[in-house]
Formats: sequence, structure tokens, C-alpha cells
Amino acid sequence: MSSLVIDKLECQRGYSQLFTNLCFQVNAQEVVRITGTNGSGKTSLLKILAGINTQEQGCVTFDQNVVKSDAYQQEVFYLGHQAALSAELSSLENLEFLSALNQPVAREVLIQALEDIGLKGYADEPCANLSAGQKRRVILASLFISKAKVWLLDEPFTALDPKGIKIVESRIAQHCANGGLCLFTTHQDSTLPNQRMIAL
Amino acid sequence: MNIYFQTLSRDLRIALRNPSSVLNPLLFFIISVSLFPLAISPEATTLSQIAAGIIWVASMLAVLLSLNALFHHDFDNGVLEQMVTSHHPLALLILAKITAHWLLTGIPIILLSPLLGVFLFLDEQGIKVLMLTLLLATPSLSLIGSIGASLIVGIKNSGMLLSLLILPLYTPILIFASSAVSQAQFGLDINSQLYFLAMFLVLSLMSAPFVSALALKISLE
Repeated sequence: MSSLVIDKLECQRGYSQLFTNLCFQVNAQEVVRITGTNGSGKTSLLKILAGINTQEQGCVTFDQNVVKSDAYQQEVFYLGHQAALSAELSSLENLEFLSALNQPVAREVLIQALEDIGLKGYADEPCANLSAGQKRRVILASLFISKAKVWLLDEPFTALDPKGIKIVESRIAQHCANGGLCLFTTHQDSTLPNQRMIAL
Repeated sequence: MNIYFQTLSRDLRIALRNPSSVLNPLLFFIISVSLFPLAISPEATTLSQIAAGIIWVASMLAVLLSLNALFHHDFDNGVLEQMVTSHHPLALLILAKITAHWLLTGIPIILLSPLLGVFLFLDEQGIKVLMLTLLLATPSLSLIGSIGASLIVGIKNSGMLLSLLILPLYTPILIFASSAVSQAQFGLDINSQLYFLAMFLVLSLMSAPFVSALALKISLE
């Protein structure tokens, strides 16, 4: 069974040490919610796991593949604070590029994914005209069609309406039921069942 | 390889929908070159002597002006983060962005240069060599420029920093390219200059995407 192993991780931002000797393991089908106050290092942890930041010490592996290796990065999808959209492109064009960065997907699948996330009729709309929640939905659509097993979601519910949050929660549950795993942070109430909490 | 063309077409599409970002450096190029005859002298003998230098300096500054935007938007909206976390080699994605940058600034500069050469009374041989040096060296300008652009991407108000980082690396190109044109005007052999520019292009093509990838990763942390 695949699992994400975090071993003796240490992270420093500027002069403050955010965490040291952080060890835990996330197995397939598990949902982990990382909790902590503002500035406690939740985003830094997720960025290390995503291969964007580098840890001071320790190591991160998924199925024996070390973070930042191609095999590892292929299994990881990182959803950051920003929507990762270009204002000049339409939602479909943005989605096409974002999914091409992971795995190229047929156009019909992309259009379907936009409909599923509640953006029916917005495929050709320039992203500059979308609301914050709608922008968020475009990158969520690319998350849902990616084949990555490890989902690292930094505040995935930001700017979403209750209906949108429901969709994301059900997709996380579905992803984990299919053998994936998910780490996320949120300051909102999450009603996801079986979530394990890890406090920083 | 597919991702290379997808990134390239994405960047071209963004630029075409926001043409002012592409046109500004080109307008700067045209305006700055066409002001020299007014300021110095409208005489053919004077102008034809300094034509190559003027056009080369102006094109270099125009490229420098356009470099700020190379990674800036993708950094602000978070697309760079997605590029770094993707399993595709970052250097390949950056090479695609550099190619798009060259197609949008280098190529128009090459195409405009004969017209500006005529403005400045450059003879036929001079114009030919000018275009050839631009063709050989503008890709190097984009490639080397990407290193500077990726180093300053996270820094606010980095205006002067990019020029300080990049211009010293540009000067050898400027020296060899403009001397090629002026030697050609006297009917002298210019092979050595062209070989140097070609060497510079191969060297920067082989190293710049990798160095930029490394610099971008550091900037994102």
C-alpha cells in the first residue's frame, strides 16, 4: 500500500524555527487535516511536501521516491493560495494548460470537468471576468481530473460557497476511497468524515 | 516535448491578447533609434558610421525592457508554482517561455532593423550583416535575460537590478555584433565575429534554461 512518509522534518523561515523533528506517515485512503495557528507553518509544510520549498533537515518519500524526483512529483498535486490562472486566457484554456502540466487530457474531459464543478457555460469566458470563487473552481477542476495520488490542498475552501465546499469534500472522500490520500489545511469547519488531525 | 509546444502556444496567446506588453518595447526601439538623426546630425556620412551601434544598443535596451514581464505574471498568479511541482523538467518549460519571448521581441526587432538601417543611411551590405548579427544574437539576449529575470522574480521594485545583472553579460555580444557590421561596411572579413556570436548562442542555449530553472526554484522558496 502506498504511503507518504515524513521523517524528522525541520523547517525554518527567516529567524524562526517552525517545526523540528516532525515525523508522521499518511497511508492511502487517509485524509489528514493539518491544524495550527496563523504562521505555525502549515503552508510551509505543504510546500515542502509539494517540492517547492526545501527542508532544513529530514526527508519526505512517497513509495520510496524522494520528494522533487520525477516519480514523486508525478504523484503529487499541490493547490496553493493562488488560483494559478492567467487573466487573458479562458477557463478552458487555463484548465488545458494546468492539466497538461500533469497529464494531457482530452478536450471533452476538460469541458465535462468544468461542468461538474459548476462552471457550465463559462468554458470560453476569459478568467479576468470570473469571480474569486469561480477562479478557484477552475484549478479545482484540474485537481479533480489529475491522476495524482497525493493531494496537498492549502485552504481548498477559500472563496467557495457552501455548495462548492460540498463538492470539494465529496471529491476528497471519493479520491481517498479510490486509494488516494489527501493532506489539507483549513480554518473553516470541515465535515469530512474520518479526518485525522495533525497539529503543528 | 508536447508540453514545450503547449507552453509556447500559451505564452503567445497571452501576449496576443495583451498586445501592449509586446508593443511597448518595440515602440521604444523605433522611437529611440529615430531620435538620433535629430539629435546628432542628419548627414549620411556621420549616421552611417554610427548606425550599427545605435540599432544594437537600442535593441538591447528594448529586450531588457521586455524581460521584466517574462516570469512576473506567472509568479504573481501562481502558475510558476504549478510548473515547479509538475514532473516535467522546469528547464524545458522555461525554454518554451524563452522561445515565446524571442518570437515576440527578437523577431520583430530583426524585421524592423532594415527599415531603421535605411533611416540611418546604412548601406546594403551593412543592413545584411546587421540582420545576420541580430538573428544570431537576439536568441542569446533572451536566453541570458531569462537568468536575470528568474533571479529577480520575487523581488519588489527590482527595476535597476535586472540591468545591473544582465548588461555586463550582454556587452560582449554588443561589441562583436556592432564591430561585425562596421567591418562589413569597409568590406572586411567578419567571420571571426560571427563565429563568436554563434558560440555565445550555443553556450547560452545549453546553459541558460538550466540556470534559470535553478534560480526560479530559489526565488520561489
